[in-house]
Amino acid sequence: MLNRDEDILKAAEDWQKAGHGVALATVVETWGSAPRPAGSSLVINDDGTFLGSVSGGCVEGAVVTEALDVIASGKPKMLEFGVADETAWNVGLSCGGTIRVFVEKVG
Amino acid sequence: MKIEILRELNAERAARRPVIIVTDTATGEQRLVKARDIAADPLRAELAKQLRMGKSGNVEAGGKKLFLNVYAPTAKLVIIGAVHISQALAPLARSLDYDVTIVDPRTAFASPERFPDVPLIAEWPDTALPPLNVDHYTAFVAVTHDPKIDDPALLHAFARDCFYIGALGSRKTHAKRAERLRAQGASEADIARIHAPIGLDIGAVSPSEIAVSIMAEITAQLRLPPKEKEQAA
Repeated sequence: MLNRDEDILKAAEDWQKAGHGVALATVVETWGSAPRPAGSSLVINDDGTFLGSVSGGCVEGAVVTEALDVIASGKPKMLEFGVADETAWNVGLSCGGTIRVFVEKVG
Repeated sequence: MKIEILRELNAERAARRPVIIVTDTATGEQRLVKARDIAADPLRAELAKQLRMGKSGNVEAGGKKLFLNVYAPTAKLVIIGAVHISQALAPLARSLDYDVTIVDPRTAFASPERFPDVPLIAEWPDTALPPLNVDHYTAFVAVTHDPKIDDPALLHAFARDCFYIGALGSRKTHAKRAERLRAQGASEADIARIHAPIGLDIGAVSPSEIAVSIMAEITAQLRLPPKEKEQAA
């Protein structure tokens, strides 16, 4: 995790309090030259608003889409991005790394 | 993540107390472990290791794959003395992600010209230190060579249980300092916590080299397990 992630977790708490559906996406594993370390997170609300970062911009769009599903279903998901999965997800990490991102609902 | 866990996580982080969130990534099942509860936890060895490294990671336990997400506070470095060594120490510590503050009541030393990018408090330690919330996640370094400034600052560092306390001066200087601190109520355990002479013994000569030796010693104190720490010191 990055030490300065504090504000985004507070935002997740505040969004939930304000009645939003909220999801938390966290990098749980990285291989190769992944841009953000394990523990980095992204918080997403049901407007599609998000804060934080799991990849420095490469896959955030796809994570947000999946997070909206997770908010609707309540079921956590594991996503994998990287060279190997480029065709499956249509997004990849240009840096050549691979990351696994755990997406869960808050609440 | 249950909202109760998120609230507790945010409260602990605001209080600068380390926590680890343990997640079973297959089921989403989750729990929060506070640093002070690690010793009694079934995963204590893994939790203690990840926390010491300040690093999140995966472990397997009881056939489950668990993700340990470590939330450790940003370490602070408080430097007592706006001296030449501090001019090298402050930028080095910042590059290692420490929040750095310098305290020195002598305004000729504590000038923004000498320290353009560092929070600088030109007050006596008794005034400057209480608002800084010096805590366990603080490395504390006293380098003025002036007992009037260093001594009260060191007493404050003892009271706040800083993970590293170092003071500049030879063995002889340090022996005198220990006497003065004892007279002011410091215990033997307090005195034993001071790293003096300060820094790892790498033959440092210039202020920049001394800064390297100090940051190396602080890093060892932060990251090494207790036994290896003794060997490094």
